[in-house]
Amino acid sequence: MRRSKTFTAASLLVAGSLASTIAMAQDTIKVGVLHSLSGTMAISETTLKDSILMMIDAQNKKGGLLGKKLQPVVVDPASNWPLFAEKAAQLLEKDKVAVVFGCWTSVSRKSVLPVFEKDNGLLFYPVQYEGEESSKNVIYTGAAPNQQAIPAVDYLMKELKVKRWVLEGTDYVYPRTTNKILEAYLISKGVAPADISINYTPFGNSDWQTRVSAIKKFGSAGKKTAVVSTINGDANVPFYKELGNQKISAEDIPVVAFSVGEEELSGLDTKPLLGHLAAWNYFESISTPANKAFIDEWHTFIKNPKRTTNDPMEAHYIGFNLWVKAVEKAKSTDVNKVLAALPGLETPNLTGGMAKVLPNHHITKPVYIGEVKANGQFNVVWKSTGTVPGDAWSDFLPGSKDIEADWVTLNCGNYNKVTKKCSGQNYK
Amino acid sequence: MKKVQWGGRWLLLLLTIWGALALSAQSASDTTFLSTLGELREADYSAKSAIVDRLSQGGHPSLRAVLTALMSGRLYFRNSDQQIFLVKSADSDPLQLIDPLTLKDAGSAPADSLTNIGTNNSLRRVLRTTVARFALSSAVAADRLQAVRDIMASPDDETTAILRERSGVETNASVKKEIATGLALAALTSPDSKTRLDAIATLSHSVSQDVRNQLASLIEAEKDEKVKRAAITAVEAIDRSRGFFSGIETLFFGLSLGSVLVLIAIGLAITFGVVGVINMAHGELMMLGAYTTYVVQMAMPGHIGISILVAIPAAFVVAGLTGVLMERTIIRFLYGRPLETLLATFGVSLILQQSVRSIFSALNRSVVTPEWMSGSLRVNDALAITYNRLYIVIFTLVVFAVSMLVLKRTRLGLEIRAVSQNRAMAKAMGIRTEWVDAMTFGLGSGIAGVAGVALSQLTNVGPNLGQSYIIDSFMVVVFGGVGNLWGALIGGASMGIVNKLLEPYAGAVLAKIFVLVALILFIQTRPRGLFPPAGRAAEDK
Repeated sequence: MRRSKTFTAASLLVAGSLASTIAMAQDTIKVGVLHSLSGTMAISETTLKDSILMMIDAQNKKGGLLGKKLQPVVVDPASNWPLFAEKAAQLLEKDKVAVVFGCWTSVSRKSVLPVFEKDNGLLFYPVQYEGEESSKNVIYTGAAPNQQAIPAVDYLMKELKVKRWVLEGTDYVYPRTTNKILEAYLISKGVAPADISINYTPFGNSDWQTRVSAIKKFGSAGKKTAVVSTINGDANVPFYKELGNQKISAEDIPVVAFSVGEEELSGLDTKPLLGHLAAWNYFESISTPANKAFIDEWHTFIKNPKRTTNDPMEAHYIGFNLWVKAVEKAKSTDVNKVLAALPGLETPNLTGGMAKVLPNHHITKPVYIGEVKANGQFNVVWKSTGTVPGDAWSDFLPGSKDIEADWVTLNCGNYNKVTKKCSGQNYK
Repeated sequence: MKKVQWGGRWLLLLLTIWGALALSAQSASDTTFLSTLGELREADYSAKSAIVDRLSQGGHPSLRAVLTALMSGRLYFRNSDQQIFLVKSADSDPLQLIDPLTLKDAGSAPADSLTNIGTNNSLRRVLRTTVARFALSSAVAADRLQAVRDIMASPDDETTAILRERSGVETNASVKKEIATGLALAALTSPDSKTRLDAIATLSHSVSQDVRNQLASLIEAEKDEKVKRAAITAVEAIDRSRGFFSGIETLFFGLSLGSVLVLIAIGLAITFGVVGVINMAHGELMMLGAYTTYVVQMAMPGHIGISILVAIPAAFVVAGLTGVLMERTIIRFLYGRPLETLLATFGVSLILQQSVRSIFSALNRSVVTPEWMSGSLRVNDALAITYNRLYIVIFTLVVFAVSMLVLKRTRLGLEIRAVSQNRAMAKAMGIRTEWVDAMTFGLGSGIAGVAGVALSQLTNVGPNLGQSYIIDSFMVVVFGGVGNLWGALIGGASMGIVNKLLEPYAGAVLAKIFVLVALILFIQTRPRGLFPPAGRAAEDK
């Protein structure tokens, strides 16, 4: 282990503000933070970097971990997918971090996966994703499709009596996989294929006139219609504006979104969104003592009382606490020992209930559905009874319904129950 | 329900109720009304819906005001004594309270001492129909029209009776027509085949999708051959006119997409055509314009409608000055070296992006759309044109005309044209070419800033705003002919329309690819674009 002055110039630049906290390396546990601080994803990921720093700060004030201080190592993969792999390798091989909190997009996670598996690292991934994956080296603290998409569709079907479906998404892996699962699910529930319309638009699509007009036509067939939106970040504002301008209100055709949260709403005029829905596992507006304390801590740390909290932040909160508990239980930061300690561990959610690590490296989460209010917050209109366990492999896709992930008894992330073989797409 | 002649305006309403109240003091109905209203505090959404039903059956002079307030999120209760209040506007703090019984001002209170009574989508749907019944007797014809439409959204025997009653006293022609359509729709289920035939005759002039669907389902169930045939003919007629209007709609979509491209390309065409600089930072100059809109809006809260108009000159100045600064400090040293300017301006674009990130944070900023720019102009049931797009089409034409005027009718324009045709000769005639270069660059950049104001109404205002449009606008400039304003106009409009014509068939992704491939093929045969530079000037370009 080397002293701080031998750090590369690059990592000093990003970690510059933290230089003062850098002490003798053997007295500290290094925690890697792999979030884009520049480029297109900076809008979402910068917040996650800040929230991890906040939690490290709080843990150090409590006396650190195993008697050592935690030392963050922040790198900037700059929204560049190959750079994610390079920076991950730097964190694991050069900085020798004990754990990494990072990634947002699925493509960045796929890009770092081989690195984490080769170097036997540990990654906590905090964002809701499309599932169909379970790696020995990743703990998925965001929602799998059965913890967000499926409950949302159930809500629309049962509570709002929706009969006709528009699955509208941005053209990349998360919407395509999620929509494939949803289509299979809807058909299994007896929805006719003619009542499902699936469409994809490019990243950052800003001209929604034709699509919204088509949705309006599709929705005027006399059956209650809803839009399930997997539209990515930046394209959402023009989409909702166009809905508002073409006078499609949430009462007529509700839109339920999986990637629109408090943070995204803070950057846009909420008038056209009133009443539209979002499905998440956390909302800032849910009033619990733990959540209030978390929001207050965040406002103090970021020195801005107007900053919002959001679902991936809570996922990092859960992930960080789980890691701390696992390290305390294993009495070591060794990845193998921590990974062995993790399954079965529990930590409280901010909104109530416990988050428990399952053998498939996913966690249990409550599901909430909220309607957008004028102040950019959500009014919770439905919540799951208890928590929902995350399912790595969807039960509704023919290719993956027989596949099981279990790192405790089977020691396999891709075990086929029919052929009784572990094919290990990601891990051999 | 009690039939009371409502004045459309608040004042009138207030007076009527005040008068009514003066006659009878706090009556029994007031007490029931208040206690039923009080139940809203604790109830869940389906219970709230039942309470709304009970309230509207009870009937009370201030029922309409209370339900409207509930629908628009303006019904609150005070935390200290659980008393219910309406508020004037939910956005203000402190909240201006209104008493639910007398509808008179009841002072004000800080926003956190009151709790909002929430609604969800299904409850608002119920409320909309209920409130629409009140609006049916509004003095404003447009309100009555909307009310008829809202009522028709969930038809039953009761609504049919209400509509029939209204049709007897209605004077406005378009409201009358809408009511006739509503009654005819109800008559489709009549057991008498003559009534059904009459209804179909009325409905065949409609272009509404609802009417078409109802007729189509009638065809499936209909036993009477004559009625069935009439319905089939009616559906065909509706489909024909709907097809016609949807063609117009697509054309408008194309024009509005094209107008955005033209707006961006005008500035680019000026700098590209005259100074010969490929300005990679053009998109970031638009971003500056959009952020100027945001800053102006922050600076004049309460005047959202005017702020957009103020933002136009402000954005022109901000982006224009930035452009002049760029030209004076970087670009003028690089004239005649296109590759270096390309890289230098690309560098500038990154600097501008990151500085915006540092100043305003990486998060998007919210620019509010003024009231007069939201919503749509409803031509008929099949065609509605959104206001923001309509204004942007008009705005583009104005900017185009003004740019044309500057280039053709002013001294600066004359000098710009002289320099672009023959720099050396212009210099010999005493034109300060360096000054002209700077001014041209400033003009082009200023127009980019103005385009940014328009974009702030369509999309996100964030550090990446410029990047998403810059490629398309380069394509327009290349397609139209380098440095030609008419080329930019025709090129942009036709690319927009082709894109939108293809989109319904091919999808947004494929449509873009098709347009790109077509453009490549076009450039292969006509490398100088639609309007190639003519004459001697063309030789050395």
